[in-house]
Amino acid sequence: MSAPTVAGDLRASVRGYLESAAPEAEVRRIAETPSGSDPAVWARLADLGLTGLGVPEDFGGAGAGFAELGVVLEELGRSLLPAPFFSTAVLGVQALLLSGDAAAQAEYLPQVAEGRLRVAVGTVGASTVAAVPGSRGWLLDGLADGVLDGATADLVLVFAAADDGPALFAVPADAAGLSRTPLRTLDLTRRQARVELHATPAVLVGSAGDGGRVAAALLDRALAALAAEQVGGAQRVLEMAVEYARTRYQFGRSIGSFQAVKHRCADMLIDVERARVAADAALAAVDTSAADLPVAARVAGTFCGEAYFAAAASNIQVHGGIGFTWEHPAHLYYRRAKSSQLLFGSPGEHREELMRQLGH
Amino acid sequence: MVQPSADESLDGFRARVRAWFAENVQLTGGVKDESFDAVDVARRFQAALFDARLAGLTWPAEYGGQGLTTAHQLAFNEAAEPYVVPTMPLLIGLGMCAPTLLEKGTQEQREEHLARMLRGDEVWCQLFSEPGAGSDVAGLRTRAVRDGDDWVVTGQKVWTSGAHYSDYGLLLARTNPDVPKHLGLTMFVVDMRAPGVTIRPLRQITGGSGFNEVFFDDVHVPGDAVVGEVDRGWQAAVTTLMNERVSIGAGGGGLGRRLGGGEFAALADLARRRGGLADPVLRQSLASVFVEERLLELLSSRIREDVRAGRTPGPQGSVAKLAGAQLARHAAEVGLEVLGSGGAAWESDDADAERWTQALLGAPGNAIAGGTPEIMKNILGERVLGLPREPAVDRDVPFRELRVGGGRS
Repeated sequence: MSAPTVAGDLRASVRGYLESAAPEAEVRRIAETPSGSDPAVWARLADLGLTGLGVPEDFGGAGAGFAELGVVLEELGRSLLPAPFFSTAVLGVQALLLSGDAAAQAEYLPQVAEGRLRVAVGTVGASTVAAVPGSRGWLLDGLADGVLDGATADLVLVFAAADDGPALFAVPADAAGLSRTPLRTLDLTRRQARVELHATPAVLVGSAGDGGRVAAALLDRALAALAAEQVGGAQRVLEMAVEYARTRYQFGRSIGSFQAVKHRCADMLIDVERARVAADAALAAVDTSAADLPVAARVAGTFCGEAYFAAAASNIQVHGGIGFTWEHPAHLYYRRAKSSQLLFGSPGEHREELMRQLGH
Repeated sequence: MVQPSADESLDGFRARVRAWFAENVQLTGGVKDESFDAVDVARRFQAALFDARLAGLTWPAEYGGQGLTTAHQLAFNEAAEPYVVPTMPLLIGLGMCAPTLLEKGTQEQREEHLARMLRGDEVWCQLFSEPGAGSDVAGLRTRAVRDGDDWVVTGQKVWTSGAHYSDYGLLLARTNPDVPKHLGLTMFVVDMRAPGVTIRPLRQITGGSGFNEVFFDDVHVPGDAVVGEVDRGWQAAVTTLMNERVSIGAGGGGLGRRLGGGEFAALADLARRRGGLADPVLRQSLASVFVEERLLELLSSRIREDVRAGRTPGPQGSVAKLAGAQLARHAAEVGLEVLGSGGAAWESDDADAERWTQALLGAPGNAIAGGTPEIMKNILGERVLGLPREPAVDRDVPFRELRVGGGRS
């Protein structure tokens, strides 16, 4: 079987599941539950082999690369299904793999593949955690902000500063001194939490002093994965706008026949096509361990984030009055687009980092 | 000279191409503009390539091609990578006119012209646009009237690249004004040196002259010069224009530049030498140029993959054309931002100011030539997204009742 067929089958099966099990009403229902996710849906994603998609086969996963992860993320970006896929199956799995810690991988990854362990990772810059060696292992103090699905995860991974430099630590949900506060979020379909640690016992993951390398590599992968999700969302809002422009009549004509509207839709298409090649290049750079990955990831990070937000805003504009009602789904994408544009640094920060990566 | 053997392998072929370039390196090199010298350089290069049986790799052998596979074309491109291939003046003929003759021309036209085009013995141009027919090229008014077996052509064409050095042109003319505009056009092969053909260069805002006006005053064209069928010229023109868009897109949206050697590198170097690389606002602009350039390269390579694999490129052709024009303009503006007032007035030996002001002056033409953004977005909106066309006031109206042109053209 050729690779495109595998990807095509994966896309068809994920889209089929999401369209039947997670229509807009279900997305809204889950988003409004106290936890913001549905354990039954997560179990189903595990049954479909999705929670372990990026987990190596030795640990009970599918051992898939970012090309396949990208397909699933694109579909999740279309559907906005609130599920801890990005936090657990992308950030959590990749952080454990990058750490090189065989014991931690053997302990946690099979549980992720089985859908029994949800992992959150404190990746965002606003993390000020310090680690000190205690009498019975490491103790963490400090705060990690904006942790995706941080309030509901079974395991929290955080980067903390230690004497040997930054390192990655694992903190179980029931650890002493761990408090997690759900935050108000612009994006209604993806939760974030503030994680506070007060003399919280934690287990070192990987080597002391190796956290800087892990965090940088994880950020590249996070940007590539997020770009795929953004392409899926941007493609969806383009389809919504085109469908509405085709079927909405004013002045005796379909509004999509007016160039002002048609050209707006064409601009969305131009952005989506460019975002797609940017995301594909970043995903491929991960899979081939390209030296160029930090550049490809930031090209995708800046362009896909801006393209998605522009498309989500245009979608509301094409819809007119109905587009800015609570009942219409357009705002769910508008919120997701702006929120994800800011998750791992703003487009301006990505551009500045790009200049540094290019040697300027 | 290395000659092909009957059972040459792909590696053997690649080695033969490398050997040919190494032997003929004096034939390669940069071309400054479309002057007569550049045409001689192009003709000499193409003739040598043809004689070495390396021209028209994927063209049918019966018309002078080699009848090889796309894999051979790919191997050729790889081997040619280190050289500047000076065939620019031939590209309209080889990339647009020849595919049209292959698809729509008569057997006699193919036999007479294709091999000679391939050898660079015939240079071709394309005569579609008129002062009154730009984006709406089907609204053209140049008339071709029957005269016995022949036709007599009267009218004016414009924006004709390379008309002044071309041997032949592919002409679109109106043969029936009593039917709606698309139904009364015919395509002809015309001899650019026929009596009654007058060519005048147009001067662009860059100061250069790549385009021409071409006047036809009672030019006699033989009956066997019709390409395709009489009054079915629009179908032939669509073939030509589709090939144009693919050529532009695959070449990097008209810029024809490669990653790492393009606008960004030049701008970063400019900012380093002239100051500004520490300015956070300028750094944002520079990074944006890099992103646009990278995306254009990715799009172009996707188009080239499609072309090689024999697939019809998707919307990426139009997207690359638009993105290329946008990048050219953006890069020029950033260049002028770095130069500051030195971009408004400079000493005559300031190569930086010359380069970026030329880029600035060339940018509007880059956006318009080969399809305006407005027309490209109509194409994307209607053919890719499936949005309805504007109500057409010219659809079912005989051409002679239409108002066309006007403005100050």
